[in-house]
This record gives sequence, C-alpha cells and structure tokens, in this order.
Amino acid sequence: MIFEPLKPVSRTSRIILGAVFFVVFLGAWSLVTWGGFIDQMFLKTPLDTLTTGYALFAEFGFHKDVGITLFRVVGGFVLAALVAVPLGILMGAFKPVEAFFEPFISFARYLPASAFIPLLILWAGIGEAEKLLVIFIGSVFQVILMVAGVVGSTRRDLVEAAYTLGADASGIVKRVMLPGAAPQIAETLRLVLGWAWTYVIVAELVGAETGIGHMIMDSQRMLDTGQMIFGIFLIGVIGLVTDFAFKWVNRKLYPWAF
Amino acid sequence: MAKVAIEGVSRVFPGVNGGEATQALQPTDLAIQENDFITILGPSGCGKSTLLRIVAGLDHPTTGRVLLDGEPVSRPGPERGMVFQSYTLFPWLTVRENICFGLREKAMPAPRQKEIADYFIGKTGLAGFENHYPKMLSGGMQQRTALARALANDPKMLLLDEPFGALDNQTRALMQELLLGIWEADRKTVLFVTHDIDEAIFMANRVAVMSARPGRIKTILPIDLPHPRLYTMKTTPEFSAYKARLTEEIRTESIKAASMAP
Repeated sequence: MIFEPLKPVSRTSRIILGAVFFVVFLGAWSLVTWGGFIDQMFLKTPLDTLTTGYALFAEFGFHKDVGITLFRVVGGFVLAALVAVPLGILMGAFKPVEAFFEPFISFARYLPASAFIPLLILWAGIGEAEKLLVIFIGSVFQVILMVAGVVGSTRRDLVEAAYTLGADASGIVKRVMLPGAAPQIAETLRLVLGWAWTYVIVAELVGAETGIGHMIMDSQRMLDTGQMIFGIFLIGVIGLVTDFAFKWVNRKLYPWAF
Repeated sequence: MAKVAIEGVSRVFPGVNGGEATQALQPTDLAIQENDFITILGPSGCGKSTLLRIVAGLDHPTTGRVLLDGEPVSRPGPERGMVFQSYTLFPWLTVRENICFGLREKAMPAPRQKEIADYFIGKTGLAGFENHYPKMLSGGMQQRTALARALANDPKMLLLDEPFGALDNQTRALMQELLLGIWEADRKTVLFVTHDIDEAIFMANRVAVMSARPGRIKTILPIDLPHPRLYTMKTTPEFSAYKARLTEEIRTESIKAASMAP
C-alpha cells in the first residue's frame, strides 16, 4: 500500500522520490523548449539557461551580486532576530509585557514590508540601510509573535516541577522556558529566513544597483529570460542549501528534540 | 509540634465566564508528624490533588493555611519535593542532569552534584541510563528519575500526586516497593495522593479518606502493619481487613461522586 496514512517512508525511497521530481521537472522543461512548444524568447532551454548562468559569473562578475544579496538577507535577518528573539521571549514569559506589545505588533505584522520601500527610500536612500530595513521590517514582527507563542506554550507542569525543585523566576525563564523553546525558536528562524529572501528580492527590484534582484530586473530590459530564470533558480538553490544547513545545525544542537 | 499542619484549608474555584463557582475542598484539617507516611485516598474529583498542590504552594487556599515547621507556606520551595502524575522530566536534560536540576539551582559545586546524583541513580536502579534523554525511557524509569530528582534535593517532605497512576500494574507494584524501601531507610515525611486502595494501605502509616466533592477528610485510618513491608503482605488477612473497610468507605463516596457527575 502506498497510500497508507502516516506510514513512514524509508530514507532511500525518500531521496529517490525527491530526486524524481527534479528529473520530471527538467524533462518537462526540456520537452517544451527543445520540442519548440514555447518561443525561446519567453523560455530558454535548460542548457542555454545554464550557459547564460556561467557567462553571468565568468563575464559579468555575478558573484558580487550574489554576495551582496546574501549580505542583505543575512544582515537584515540577524538584526531582526537580535531584536525579536529577546523581546519574544520576554513577551512569552511575562504576560504584562505581552499585553503591552502584542496589540501593536499584531497590527504591524500586517503592514507589508514591500509597501514601506518607497518610504524607506525617502528616509534612508537607496543604500544598504534601506535594503536591510526592508528585510528587518518584514521579519521582525513575525519572529516576535512566533517566539512569544512558542515560549508562552511552555508546559505548565514543567514550570511547576521546577518551582518545587527550588527554581526562582529567573531560573524558570533561563533554565526551563529557554531550553524548552530553543528548538522551536530555531525552527521559527528557519521559516522566516525563507520569507526574508522574498523581501530582499523585492527590495532589489526597486532602486538597487547590485544584487540578484537587480540583475533580474536588468535582464528583463534586455529580454534575457535565460538570465532571469537562472537568477530565480539560484535563489532557490541557496535557499535549499541554507535550509538544510539550518536543519542540520538544529539536529546537532538539540538532539533531544528529534 | 506537627511537621506539617493543614488548618482549615478550603478551595473554591471561581466560575468561568460568570458561571457558578466550584467548591473543590471543604475546610480541612490534617496534622502530619515528622517521618509520617500519609496517603490521601479518594474518588476522582474529590479535591485530593488540590489539597496536595496547596501544601506544595502551587495553589492557594481560599481559606485556612498550611504550616511547615510552624512557618506558613505561600509558595513552592525546594524543602517540599514533589513527584507529579504526568511525566515532568525536562526533555532537554539527561537523567543525571534532571536529577541535578535542584542542586544546580542551589549553585552546588558540580562534583558534589554528580556525587549526589549518582547515589540516587544507584538507589532508584537507573545505573546505565545516566546519559539517556527522558524520551528514551519507559514510563516507570521516567518516574524513578522524577523520584530521584525530588530526593536528591533532600526535601523536608515529599509530596506525591498519584506518581504511579500512569504505570502498568507490575511496574506500579515495583515502584511502590522501591519508594517504601527508600522511606524505610530515610524516613522522610511523605504525603501521597492516590485513588488506589491497595496502594494507599501498602504505603501508609495512616490513610486519610476523602469524601466526594466538595472534598474533606472523612476518616483517618492508622495502618498497623509491620515494616519492612513486602509485596506478599498484600495477601495477608490483616491487609484484606483494611481493604474491606476502605473499599466500603470509598464506595459510598464514589457513588456520590458518580451521581453528581454532569
């Protein structure tokens, strides 16, 4: 039976199944492009896309764009995490703090980061500060609320057990709530890092001179779909790699949770 | 002077969303002597856990007070160690680290912590599992660790809230003997909540029987069985006589409790 609910799948089958999708995807792409079903102006063949990508790195110094985009994503994300994680922990642990911040943050979370771009350009120009701020605004409120939720759902019986073992308020926060919530906080960060990639590209599409998003925008002017697709793909690949790295680190750091 | 004095303790839970308030516990008195082992026996919902949680300081009485060595109890503290019915080991700590938790909160030097932890690991039969995480342990082993964790703190008294309630019968019987063996050697003051009549008799010096909700202590029955007690004692005529008496007491209360159920 293949369709047995929740039945686990072996590691080998999992890898094969995952790989098969990429093969099918590539096959379909090859078919519609080499088969002449789609005009090459709209969609380049896989091989052309790859050679375009190679040319981007070899001739146009694309690695600098990739580097600056990575810097923006990681920079904005780290800034957001530095503010959001401690505040989220305080909100999760202490209900008055939560009551103070929660209504505003719930409101702020619905403000789309991209809508701030014109304003941020006015305030901060089109330099790095503006790019970092877009990512910061896009991530910080989400992380705060998710971390507060994770910390706030600490098992009450564990807190009570710690009290009967002599823990005080700071012991409860530092040695019960924090270690208990750490794996889920890390998962939250992994999730939001994925969203941060969306914000960085949007920020680079508007008023930027460098970055992967800028390259994609430029390629549109030249009608170079190969470059555009390569850029989008590269973001996917980087995302996949960082995601795996994040998961691997989590498993190493929190073996008890997996 | 009693080690622990429960004086007129009652508990009313306020109604939710304007609903009716629930009286969980009627004003209750109980004096517990040093080294005493009291089991609190009652039907479910009789407020026995509420009473224990008030002694622990995890809940506050609506009226009355609890005195420990003459000092009123207002909050939980390490001098009243507790073992819960649910598995409350810290999942991110190994067995040894769990047992050291209270010692670490006291900022005891690490070598001394390890020494104490290893002593209780030996006593509770956890040797070889020191570095396991709780999720790798059976329910019985988790509760043994929880017991070791409470004992390692060297509390003045031990509060147990149906600690073996989630275990299968065989494991439960072994845990009873383990705890009794530790008590026979160390003579801690123990307050043990259970709804199991055999368990209540086997463990106790005195059984406090609680009435159906709103609970109060209805009878206190001294158990005059010799120590050390072995599992074979559960089939003696003396044991059966206690059991017959308590079964009758509890039955009346259980019927009341069942007829009150919504």
